[in-house]
Amino acid sequence: MIVLKFIGYGFTAIIIGLLFMGIGRKYTARIQRRYGPPFWQAFIDVTKLFSKQSLSHNWIMDFGILMGFAGIVGTILFMPIGPWHFFSLMNGNIVIIMYFMTIGSLGMAMGVSASGNPNSTIGISRALTLMVGYEIPFVIAVIGLIFVSKSSLLGTMVSLQSGGIMNWNIIKYPFGFIAVEMALQAMLGEKPFDVITAPSEIASGPMVELSGKMMGLAFLQHAAQIFLETGIVVNLFLGGANNIWEFFLKQFVLFILSLTVNAISPRFKFEDAVKWLWTWPTVFALIQLLIIILT
Amino acid sequence: MIQTSTKDLHDSGFEKVLNFFRKRSMWMLHYCTGCGAMELPPTMTTRWDMERFGIGPMATPRQADLLLITGYLSIKSLKRVIRTYEQMQDPKWVIGFGSCTINGGIYYDSYTVINRLSDYIPVDLTIEGCMPRPEAIMTGFQTLMDAIQKGEAVGYKKYKENYEWYKKNQDSVLGRTEPVFTSSEVKK
Repeated sequence: MIVLKFIGYGFTAIIIGLLFMGIGRKYTARIQRRYGPPFWQAFIDVTKLFSKQSLSHNWIMDFGILMGFAGIVGTILFMPIGPWHFFSLMNGNIVIIMYFMTIGSLGMAMGVSASGNPNSTIGISRALTLMVGYEIPFVIAVIGLIFVSKSSLLGTMVSLQSGGIMNWNIIKYPFGFIAVEMALQAMLGEKPFDVITAPSEIASGPMVELSGKMMGLAFLQHAAQIFLETGIVVNLFLGGANNIWEFFLKQFVLFILSLTVNAISPRFKFEDAVKWLWTWPTVFALIQLLIIILT
Repeated sequence: MIQTSTKDLHDSGFEKVLNFFRKRSMWMLHYCTGCGAMELPPTMTTRWDMERFGIGPMATPRQADLLLITGYLSIKSLKRVIRTYEQMQDPKWVIGFGSCTINGGIYYDSYTVINRLSDYIPVDLTIEGCMPRPEAIMTGFQTLMDAIQKGEAVGYKKYKENYEWYKKNQDSVLGRTEPVFTSSEVKK
């Protein structure tokens, strides 16, 4: 039963993530007045990638990429998806989620550094630096929420927000939401924070040496990452959901918001990106924390 | 001579199912030294939008399925093209743009430019014109998609089967880029 539940969690995250990626490409194309690919394009891409010949430099590369993918799928188990929860006693401990979320980036870092391409090393060092940038405002905002709900469990936070839109944390703590939304843009790696995979600059960064099945796994990891990161924000600020479809809809709204910013933004230099993240979202998060503590 | 005919190498069985996904998601690497590079931005962007067929630009040969040779190739750049082609993972396809890759075009009598690309790497499709307009490029892509679906675009298999022949041709022109005087002759 547990195994079935695990498989269900993993497959849901990946399928919904890939669907979001496909619809996102169509949406971006429409903003740019193009027709755009079909909405199942991401599924086609993944199938093609797994059917290709792939090249591995050494076993650390294989292991690192698998570890990154498994890290993200494992983290999703801790997140309540609407009424679904995997660990009933520990319903979405945000501290564990934030701790495990880094395994995805670290696994990727290990895998692509082993490929020995300088572009991928630059890309992954940018990814880890950017992680320091967005985790600080995110953690400050989350500390405020832990403080008011007197619990670090996402399940408890969701139940405290039940009963109408006026109880949602986005209405009660708007500055915190602004900070987290800005950090989410960097977490998803969308513009203006796409320094990690800047294709024209460092030849798609961490993915530069990945081919075939490796690239497919990186693709799936990105899909799961979209699902995880938007899911956390839905649980924190948008009041969770009563059924899974409502949950996916709220995630989709967040993802589309992020894509809209992506479609109309240029790219930050990476030191500017970290500086920006340590200025604006951090200030908003600190204001929210002060309001929470003083009232 | 080329030993194996292309007809023996056609895809069959389960490969044909995978070919449906391969033709709908061709990621391309464009080798832009020739003037054909100029026709690619309009093909990619709003007016012709090649992304509706799942074709998009990729940054590195490892991720790419499709190699675009946009125009003439000097002997020095041929060396880089061969290297790039061999770094790509199977299945992979090559499109030659314009007359320069077919018969040398206006550079047919130049001593630094190769005349016929398909002697050195297997070309699956050439698009004629000097240069081909974006409409011709889109038609070319669709022709290649049909060929992939039928399992006829098997240039990468042909390259493996006839490697000696291709290698002989490559060596015969790449030798011309070596310096005329060897170091021992210069000393004298």
